[in-house]
Amino acid sequence: MADFIQQIVGGLGDGAIYGALALALVLIHRATGVINFAQGEMAMFTTYIAWTLMENHGWSYWPAFAATLVFAFVLGVGIQRVVIAPVANASVLTVVIMTIGLVLTFNGLAGLIWSAEIRAFPSPFPNETWQLGSVSISQESVGTFGVVLVLVALLWAFFQFTKIGLALRASALNPEASRLVGVRVGWMLAIGWGLAAVLGAVAGMLTAPSAFLEPTMMQAILIYAFAAAVLGGIDSPFGAVAGGLLLGVGLNLIGTYVDFVGADLRLPVTLLIILIVLLVRPAGLFGKTVTRRV
Amino acid sequence: MRRRDLIGVGLFLVAAAGVLLVPQLPWVSDFRAQQFAYVGIYFIALLGLNLLTGITGQISLGHGAFMLIGGYTTAILMSEQDPPLQIAGHHFTGDLRDIWTIPLAGLVAGIVGFLFGFPALRLTGLYLALATFAVAVATPAVVKKYEGFTGGGGGINLFEASTRTKATSITDPVTFEETRVPINVLGIDVPTFNEWLYYLCWTIALVMFAGAWLLLRGRFGRSLRAVRDSELAAASSGVNLARYKTLAFGISAFYAGVAGSLLAIATTFVNPDTFPITLSIFLLVGVVVGGLGSLWPLVFGAIFIHFMQIEWAQRAEAVVPNFIPVLGDIDTDLPGAPSVAFGVVLILIMLAFPGGAAGLIRTLKSLATRGYDRAR
Repeated sequence: MADFIQQIVGGLGDGAIYGALALALVLIHRATGVINFAQGEMAMFTTYIAWTLMENHGWSYWPAFAATLVFAFVLGVGIQRVVIAPVANASVLTVVIMTIGLVLTFNGLAGLIWSAEIRAFPSPFPNETWQLGSVSISQESVGTFGVVLVLVALLWAFFQFTKIGLALRASALNPEASRLVGVRVGWMLAIGWGLAAVLGAVAGMLTAPSAFLEPTMMQAILIYAFAAAVLGGIDSPFGAVAGGLLLGVGLNLIGTYVDFVGADLRLPVTLLIILIVLLVRPAGLFGKTVTRRV
Repeated sequence: MRRRDLIGVGLFLVAAAGVLLVPQLPWVSDFRAQQFAYVGIYFIALLGLNLLTGITGQISLGHGAFMLIGGYTTAILMSEQDPPLQIAGHHFTGDLRDIWTIPLAGLVAGIVGFLFGFPALRLTGLYLALATFAVAVATPAVVKKYEGFTGGGGGINLFEASTRTKATSITDPVTFEETRVPINVLGIDVPTFNEWLYYLCWTIALVMFAGAWLLLRGRFGRSLRAVRDSELAAASSGVNLARYKTLAFGISAFYAGVAGSLLAIATTFVNPDTFPITLSIFLLVGVVVGGLGSLWPLVFGAIFIHFMQIEWAQRAEAVVPNFIPVLGDIDTDLPGAPSVAFGVVLILIMLAFPGGAAGLIRTLKSLATRGYDRAR
């Protein structure tokens, strides 16, 4: 039983990371109807920025963390303006190819600048456990979970209580009408990309201590985030986080208690989850089914 | 036959003759022949992916997985590994060391692709891209899991190590007379491995190109294009969406399987890293560079993805460290150079020439005819 609870707590830690990245995907998908395949690589790239600030320029953790978030925001806005906006009205295929181009660019740039060598990345949380009876709870898992929760709450407040948040929601819901009442929809979309990049950066910096920093670090995490987003409903921010936590816990339990799956088959199981959800309930657990008129 | 078709067949025959002459040219070395063979392999894979993505409009980010299936089919059938690979009590001891493993590999991949087409029927656009991407990422994990059948991460050797490098001539120590010793690959005596590889790949590529052309020029091709342009309109004109989409998946995977099989033979070795996720992505890049929906201009895509991978690794080295000095500690090893080039070129092409090489050729052609008309 103790082991069971430990697995659930560990799963919540991992799941929070999947949820953060899934939320980034959902933000962009809601606003522009696009899935950003480069979300993971952008997260990895910004994590390297944090690493460089700490390793080469002697910054301490939290200033580097904050600076990286600012960098990520600017990066996200810039990418939307330069690469995505020109093809906004093109076919889905074109936009997917653009984001694939970004995947290659960021992956390659990281390899060019920092090489494929595996780097250690510091964790802001002590590598210790709390003992609750026979259950030992890793402080890192709890810390990760907490950071993501705070971030999601801040984001929610931003969308709910600020004027820009309102404009962002409006331009996602109805771009034409928003434009008519004076919202600068193009820039709102860019800000959406910026916020998504910030979420990705947080996911990257929380992943790096346990997974180690390397250019391929986020590839598997991105698949988990896809699964989380699909599971929760690709248009539901709440669903993305819930889907992430559900997936994190589920994968941990399956990995521990189903011998056949173990640690090796986590990705194929995730693929299976994606396929089953898409086929059985395409709107996800928390999404609304959309009926389209043709 | 229409006049246009006759011209097409004529051009094809001339091009085919030209392609088959290439290794005999004095300035094409054995090494170059090998590189061109790889171009042929990519050409086949691009023909397949284009049939699905360019013609039928179904995005696949997972064609590397179908190539993997083809490559492993060939490798497992040819493997003489000790202890032998096995599944369900059957031990593989060089069961089929013959070029017939190639169409067989295509068939296996084709069947898997056809079956994958059924769940794919319910996915459109983004969701399909997502699902196929997940397939490409997840497949290597499955391969590593079934070690007994696939050789796991260690992979499978197709030939004895010496096959490729074996000397092709022996000099008699007394008379200094040179005797050519052919090497035996897949039951065929050939002068050099690379030249043989070139002929193998390009013969198959030409046949499959002709096959794709025949397939797409009539009713079948029209139906596939109709599915791409508007599923609704296609269905109301009597095109059976399910049938055409699954068939497109199957045929496309068949092409990928054949390409994967040839890639396995060319590298003489397979492991999961022979077919990484980047392969799937590079294939998409190749189709875009050649031109979505085009046929023979895909050769340019194949040339692009093969030579970009080799050349850029060397060129970019000089440029990068100078232009980002703030980052400090820069490794000059530069494993990512080709990816950056691929990514940037992909984005630039989509922005500036969405039609790829095919679009460019069309533009030049119309400019030329306009100039000709004006001159008259």
